[in-house]
Amino acid sequence: MSNTTDTRRPLSPHLQIYRPMLTMMMSIAHRISGASLAIGFVLLAWWLLAVSAGPEAFATADAFFASLFGRFLLFMFSWALIHHMLGGIRHLIWDTGRGLDLVSIEVFAWATIIGSTVLTVALWAVGYWLRGAA
Amino acid sequence: MATPLGKVRGLGSARRGTETFWLQRLTALANVPLVIFLIVSIVSHVGADYATVRAFLAQPLVALAMLALVISAAMHMRIGLKEIIEDYVHCEGLKIAALVLTTFFAVGVGLACTLALVKISLGT
Repeated sequence: MSNTTDTRRPLSPHLQIYRPMLTMMMSIAHRISGASLAIGFVLLAWWLLAVSAGPEAFATADAFFASLFGRFLLFMFSWALIHHMLGGIRHLIWDTGRGLDLVSIEVFAWATIIGSTVLTVALWAVGYWLRGAA
Repeated sequence: MATPLGKVRGLGSARRGTETFWLQRLTALANVPLVIFLIVSIVSHVGADYATVRAFLAQPLVALAMLALVISAAMHMRIGLKEIIEDYVHCEGLKIAALVLTTFFAVGVGLACTLALVKISLGT
């Protein structure tokens, strides 16, 4: 009788075996954007706690978010949010059984990349424009 | 002697098999409008002074939307991080430690945001 507990069986090939493809990169990007949103959550908690704590704590947080690194973090946070949101909507469409053909998944991938980038840049452009106009 | 299948036969399913899957979709759906609200709130308040930001967050509907976002996002984040860990961390001890830490993290940031919003709403 063969030993069924022997685990040295062939495993299915992992990432490094496959030729990199856009849809596969988008799957990875969805996980990376999702995981990095954990940092964004900490920033949100810090901001809310600073507002609740008082003017001094708010001034400290505000100075950080107004710095170049702070602005960069906020920009990346909003980009990750929008990217993950568009990628998530794509997943919700797939859950209904629609859009699973090869053409659709390629269109969804490009729509997520271009859509998230354009929306994020447009959002901050409008934000800063409104602030300048005010 | 009963096989593993024989042991569970007749006991029935726990009926919880798709609970995590469903919860991740449910929170994802809720997050779409709430995240749009958060992004607009942040971008429109960059550089705003303390009184303006506090007055904005103290409005009942704003606080309600923020609270809903924080709870829904914390649940969604916990499931997402759990799935990533389960896929890539294969050492059993490390995996359990990571799962415990991410759960504590999700609950921690969720509670911190909730506490802040309650304080702002009650004006204390």
